Amino acid sequence: MKKRVLGLVLAFCLLPVVFAGCGSQGETASSGEADTAVVRMNIGSEPDSLDPWQSAATDTEAIFHNVFEGLCSFDETGAIVPGLAQRWEVASDGLTYTFFLREGVQFHNGKEFTAEDAVYTYNRLAGLDGEEPLSSDFTVVESVEASDEHTFVVHLKQPSAAFLALNIEPILPEGYEEQATHPVGTGPFRFVEYTPAQRVVLEKNPDYYDQEKMPRIDRAEIYIMTDPAAVVSALQSGSLDVASIEADDAQVLEGQFDIVNAPQNMVQILALNNSQAPFDDVRVRQAISYAVDKDQIVDSVFGGYATKLYTNFSPVMETYYNDSLEGTYDTDLEKAQALLDEAGLGDGFTFTVKVPSNYQPHIDTAQILAQQLRPLQITMEIETVEWATWLEDVYTNANYQGTIIGLSGKLDPQDVLGRFASDYDRNFYRYSNPEYDQLLASAATELDPEARAETYKRCQEILTQDAAGVFLCDPNLVVACRKDLKGYTFYPVGFLDFSKLYYETA
Amino acid sequence: MAYYVRKVAGFLVTLFLVSLLTFLVFQILPGDPARVILGVDADPLQLQQLREELGMDRPAPLRFLEWLGGVLRGDLGTSYRYHQPVSALLGSALGVTAQLAVYALVLTAAVGLPVGIWLAHHSKKKYALPVSLLSQLGLSVPSFCVGVLLVSVFSVGLGWFPSMGYTPFSQDPLACVKSLTLPAVSIAFGSAAVLIRYVQASILEQEGQEYVKTARSKGVPGSRILRVHVLRNSLIPVLTVFGMTITDVLGGSILVENLFSLPGIGRLIATSINSRDLPLIQGLVLYLAALVVVCNFGVDLFYSVVDPRIRRK
Repeated sequence: MKKRVLGLVLAFCLLPVVFAGCGSQGETASSGEADTAVVRMNIGSEPDSLDPWQSAATDTEAIFHNVFEGLCSFDETGAIVPGLAQRWEVASDGLTYTFFLREGVQFHNGKEFTAEDAVYTYNRLAGLDGEEPLSSDFTVVESVEASDEHTFVVHLKQPSAAFLALNIEPILPEGYEEQATHPVGTGPFRFVEYTPAQRVVLEKNPDYYDQEKMPRIDRAEIYIMTDPAAVVSALQSGSLDVASIEADDAQVLEGQFDIVNAPQNMVQILALNNSQAPFDDVRVRQAISYAVDKDQIVDSVFGGYATKLYTNFSPVMETYYNDSLEGTYDTDLEKAQALLDEAGLGDGFTFTVKVPSNYQPHIDTAQILAQQLRPLQITMEIETVEWATWLEDVYTNANYQGTIIGLSGKLDPQDVLGRFASDYDRNFYRYSNPEYDQLLASAATELDPEARAETYKRCQEILTQDAAGVFLCDPNLVVACRKDLKGYTFYPVGFLDFSKLYYETA
Repeated sequence: MAYYVRKVAGFLVTLFLVSLLTFLVFQILPGDPARVILGVDADPLQLQQLREELGMDRPAPLRFLEWLGGVLRGDLGTSYRYHQPVSALLGSALGVTAQLAVYALVLTAAVGLPVGIWLAHHSKKKYALPVSLLSQLGLSVPSFCVGVLLVSVFSVGLGWFPSMGYTPFSQDPLACVKSLTLPAVSIAFGSAAVLIRYVQASILEQEGQEYVKTARSKGVPGSRILRVHVLRNSLIPVLTVFGMTITDVLGGSILVENLFSLPGIGRLIATSINSRDLPLIQGLVLYLAALVVVCNFGVDLFYSVVDPRIRRK
């Protein structure tokens, strides 16, 4: 008896040693040399839904744009390019769009893609099938029809400049009901599995129609990881091949990994509640804009991996970006003080910013801003709130004085600038300017691209003049890549393009 | 018999009160599950539809009663966040956490018992100092700190173990054990230290008892005294510690599971609270309450096995 117990105890003590011995073996199996090329990456949040019609989160879209395709797609510059439609024609009145669809495309479940699937998809989105519409953007659609197997026609209620970008919306196969558990699209990758709180797995679609976009890796595993420190050690231990990281961690990983970065078309903003004193006074908002030193935020919060902003728009969207605004509100404490004196707040005041607790960079930014406002005798108190609380109090009910947030970029400028429209239900800035509203409305139906871009530039100018908020910077997306993994591509919207990744064989 | 009826009744009342309290707290807490799930870019139409789907357009008391009715019929409802039955989510998370718990407990016992016994007799010796110090350290360092340290040495430095993720046992037994080793060691480090303390103290206490003196004066060899007389008697406090550790680990170590990205109970607790996933939280609360009760009951049973005198009382 005694011997048996002792033996058991010994065996347990030796357990770790046994596994340790097998360690080196496991490591080679996980590197790219194996038969199947696997790329393992991280993502910060859980997919909201696998069914694209029930999903709105940027992170979900970033993964599933590999699985689903729309009639149109977008390239690295954010320009709209052909997707499942090879080309399209727009009638001169801007009301009818005719899409000529690709032939010989199959959904992952084997069904052939035809114009009927597009009809099915658009009917559901716009609520033309008698059900509630799924998307308020699509309510601009009057009717749709399949004029033959591979021609799809959309009629709009009124001309809409933003309509083309809407066609990125995935086309789903008619008659397939399992999207929420096993999504099926036409993309270069097929869905394999989703384990809640752990990972999403995709595999190469060998039947993909476009040889140029044919994946060069066989499998993509996307791990849901909420802790930035865990991401760094996962990279270092070889558990991840590529990962988006915090700017702070870039230094640690440099040398061992390729660090690539690009603006992500985000606007990090110190939003001030325009409907409440003292921020209902434009001079106070301007004063704060003058007091802020954006360079310090770019350097100390984002380690230099960020672009300064002057309006609610990132320069990465070149076509629409108004570069003439650069330099407005460069730090000038005297001007700031003068503006405050004028507003009768020369002796300063106290206000609170509510910062979401799960975004450390925003908290760090708040601390720096609090310092920077001190010379004006403005006391900025920082209250960190849980994300769910932020969404409710700040974003939905505008029950706040100030907040720091970064809203993710969109392909269409209307979606970015529209966040400041008076009639926008989530205008938590509570900014309201009739001229601005009117310009936005005219841009929405303007079909001449140049005139449209001009209008958006004017909109940006108004936001800057009114200091609708304090526009801070566009934090870069920083990605650490295994040295032999090439082809990481950035987009002005969240998209992890696995089809371009490949391992370089030495 | 009446004793057990009372115990079970008390258990059920506790469960009811705990779920009612959780429900009330989540009515007061700000945060709309539909908004949290869909995020800032949600289309108002999508939000409205999701709210209807989740049944949030109906009055709160009604929703609680419906949930309660479901539980009585054995249906824990559907998670808001994952669109999956709560029981299925709990089941798969429990699979991970239970494996982790068993692994950690085996390590705790394998280290804690022998070292505790050894220290009881050798703690005064100089060569025992490092062991005492290490167990002292185990008591004071939180498990996730140990985890971070282990990751940097054994996965980043030496590359022996993965730093994150979980491989199911059915898929690859070896990879499964490897994926659980570092988290298990991080948990076991602290609990083994506690166990060592208890074993050491309780053996020393027993050895001061009259019956040990009697045995010794009769000429019974030391090792036999320890094995036959002392060990069994010192097991009572040890069982208590063990019971507490089991409850702790099976309840999910939120920090350790997050650190190693293990899809266990702890991770589920964290996400369900963050996303205001009420059905999931309610399910978890029921599970946790039941766990504590069952573990306490189990420990009580073991007391009577180890020490038959308890049964006779």
